[in-house]
Amino acid sequence: MIEVKNVKKVYGKGEGLNEVLKGVSLEIEDGSCSVILGASGSGKSTLLNVMSGLESPSEGQVIYDGCDISGFTEKELTAFRKNKVGFIFQQYYLLPNLSVEKNVKMGADLVGNKDYGEIIEAVGLGEKRNKFPAVLSGGEQQRVAIARALAKKPSVLFLDEPTGALDEKTGRGVLDFILKLQKQLNFTMVMVTHNQNISQTANKVFKMNSGLIENVYTNDVIKTAYEIDW
Amino acid sequence: MVISLKDGFKFIGIIIIAFCAVFVCTMFLNYQLDLVKVEQLITSSESMIFYNAQVSTSKVVSGVSGGCLGVTSLIMLAFYVKHYIDTHKKHLGILKALGYSDFKIAKHFWVFGMSVLCGALAGYALAFAVMPAFYEVQNADGLLPDVTLRFHITIFIYLVILPAVVFALFAIVYALLKLRQPALNMIKETPFCGKVKNPNDKNSERPFLRELKFSNLKSKKVLVFFIIFSAFCFSAMVQMSVGLRDFSGTMMVVIVMLMGFVLAFTMLFLSLSTVVNGNTKTIAMMRVFGYSDKECRRALLNVYRPMALIGFVLGTVYQYALLKIMVEIVFKDMAGLAEYKFDYIAMLITFAVFAVAYELTVYLYSLRIKNLLIKEVMI
Repeated sequence: MIEVKNVKKVYGKGEGLNEVLKGVSLEIEDGSCSVILGASGSGKSTLLNVMSGLESPSEGQVIYDGCDISGFTEKELTAFRKNKVGFIFQQYYLLPNLSVEKNVKMGADLVGNKDYGEIIEAVGLGEKRNKFPAVLSGGEQQRVAIARALAKKPSVLFLDEPTGALDEKTGRGVLDFILKLQKQLNFTMVMVTHNQNISQTANKVFKMNSGLIENVYTNDVIKTAYEIDW
Repeated sequence: MVISLKDGFKFIGIIIIAFCAVFVCTMFLNYQLDLVKVEQLITSSESMIFYNAQVSTSKVVSGVSGGCLGVTSLIMLAFYVKHYIDTHKKHLGILKALGYSDFKIAKHFWVFGMSVLCGALAGYALAFAVMPAFYEVQNADGLLPDVTLRFHITIFIYLVILPAVVFALFAIVYALLKLRQPALNMIKETPFCGKVKNPNDKNSERPFLRELKFSNLKSKKVLVFFIIFSAFCFSAMVQMSVGLRDFSGTMMVVIVMLMGFVLAFTMLFLSLSTVVNGNTKTIAMMRVFGYSDKECRRALLNVYRPMALIGFVLGTVYQYALLKIMVEIVFKDMAGLAEYKFDYIAMLITFAVFAVAYELTVYLYSLRIKNLLIKEVMI
């Protein structure tokens, strides 16, 4: 269970002070699929960064199974990220000089996962394991990023606009793939998006506006990536 | 246009190397040309032997240091041009897509030659500022008729104007070669052209951190050269300056030692900056995934330590061979000259100083890795 209690995040000082999160509280169940929905500038990505231990909150608590990570040092946060979470970003951030396999090993080696080859096969890139990211399509690159994140066997997977840089067909394919993996492996998934339609694929939706949770709701009918409008 | 005149002056590495090369060459070539003018005034055979030794010394010093530093400047210029094109790939690709020809873009790279002009001018000016004292020291022993300092326009043309022109042309031609790639690839900032690795690659079982080390070494061969050359310069020039103390004045010892320090650390800083700056996204991603600062440092910086060691050994051998040749061949006929022997104590002290300075520099860059904000790079 992830609990976020009255989290505030402030950047800058004095006149340049910018309060991006103004006291956010939420709870995320283990094994659930949640979406943080909001327009650009609503604070959704900052919330994801704070929840995932990429940044510390200015105030408030982020609690994982009873352990508060908000007061962690940088070293402790690094260890936390290593053991607990995985990330998928809109821009993939693959290492261009390393092959698909070596990119996936980046995640696998952290936890001593020797079966990373199965994940490469699972994302459908077995044939392209020795290719470099530059020769892959956007969808394939994002699948490498997915494999890399899952190779470290995270208990929570954070996704920041994972289909934002993809066209509709590829985007649907990638989203469908992630959702199926989430059900199959039962990890907790927290996805940030500005796309209202994508939120229909989640159990729970946190709608953000101006640094606050404006609305929380659960979807009665959870749609697949191919059932939603894009 | 993407390239402006101020870009030409950013390249402090080339400026410093050009400065050192022109400073040394101007001093010794100018002295040699002035020395030739007193040849007919020499009467004794002993003085003639000393004269010949002085002329040979000037030729060897200016030839070896000028040639060596000239080649290094050229490699560094090629590195800068490539680095500039790599970091501005998108902009240059857009220009190409808009219809600019490769030559139309490449011709603007002439400004890169300005860094050579800048360094050469400074080196030339300092040489002329130092030369009166240098001549005074050379004349002090009275073995030769007094040599008078004169201005030689040929030296100015060959050491300042010509290198600037040659380097500017080289920058244009090299840029032209590097721009020969599809505009779309440049806009997409494609780093590789679809190379597929051998499926039976024996290295496929190599751990990620080890693979990253090798990949960095492979993709940044010029930096490997610079690190080796940096240690080489330090080792050779500092030990040579100590070795010269019996054969030359204090001024020469100080100049050679200072040049060793300046060249070595300019190149070391340049190389490590490029390693860290070129890997910011990699470092950020590694830290996002939970790799510690120590692991990032090991993978990116520690890999160059053996290269530095190789450079140091090569520099030691080089300076020993050069001094041995100078003493046993150039000065062979001179009476009363001390015998040259390898100085183990100087080598150990030089190594200790280099090791401490190198590790401190690496530590400074590891702090940069530590202080790198993930958010700034990734989000």
